[in-house]
Amino acid sequence: MAEAFSPGDRVRARRADPPHHTRLPRYARGAVGTVVERQGSYPLPDDRARRLPAEPEPVYTVRFTAAALFGEGDHTVTVDLWESYLRPVAEAER
Amino acid sequence: MSGDHTGQAATLAARVRHLEGLLERRGLVDPRELDRALEAYLAHASPANGARLAARAWLDEGFRGRLLADANAALPELGLSMGGGLQEQRLKVVENTEDSHNVIVCTLCSCYPIALLGPSPTWYKSEAYRSRVVRDPRGTLREFGFALDPAVRINVWDSSAESRYMVLPRRPAATANLDERALAARVTRNGLIGVAPV
Repeated sequence: MAEAFSPGDRVRARRADPPHHTRLPRYARGAVGTVVERQGSYPLPDDRARRLPAEPEPVYTVRFTAAALFGEGDHTVTVDLWESYLRPVAEAER
Repeated sequence: MSGDHTGQAATLAARVRHLEGLLERRGLVDPRELDRALEAYLAHASPANGARLAARAWLDEGFRGRLLADANAALPELGLSMGGGLQEQRLKVVENTEDSHNVIVCTLCSCYPIALLGPSPTWYKSEAYRSRVVRDPRGTLREFGFALDPAVRINVWDSSAESRYMVLPRRPAATANLDERALAARVTRNGLIGVAPV
């Protein structure tokens, strides 16, 4: 599967709260961060947990500022996210 | 978050034993095979491995560069690997510097580089640590007795997917005369997680 994002890209984590297992942490949902690194491809845990066919999908290291996640704080949090958890951020939103 | 790993240890152990019994009775798992795999894995899983990596990185600039660039490729230089489990796990080593500090957590469960740090401490699996260190790392470190300089930036690494993380601590002051073994002896497990200085 071709990778949709590159290091430096701004991405928004999905807001959806799925009714099944996911590895998108709740605190990151809806937040905008920056892709730091590509990790390679791994089966999507949301599908594996439901015994659905899970093709390997790119995983990215994404860095968020504490301000973007929690509205305060001076640290950053780096989260590992599957590609389908992410959406590109439109130029206007940056 | 997926449950409290600390308060229900006994219940969980009972469930695992029951499940293991069922798998054995149905011939799906060979108990000797399971014991062998666990023993082989845990016999080599120790924080001494992470300590050796840190000491070597402090002494050998080339190794430090390779470890930070591609840890899985650098590990065999010290006879180590992330392949002790079912499959090789990706390892990322993150380096503390004068102005930036790293802390490791798994907010969703308890992902941890067992091969390099041994079994994880109970607090690492607690809901308190998992929920608070992402929100207020500086305050959390303070509770570990670690008062980080306010000017030092903190990055928290949440092991939310298939990668595992290890912190490369800063080399302690006044250790220029120490050899690799003596340096490794200074490195603590908590230092490799990022909740203590070395």
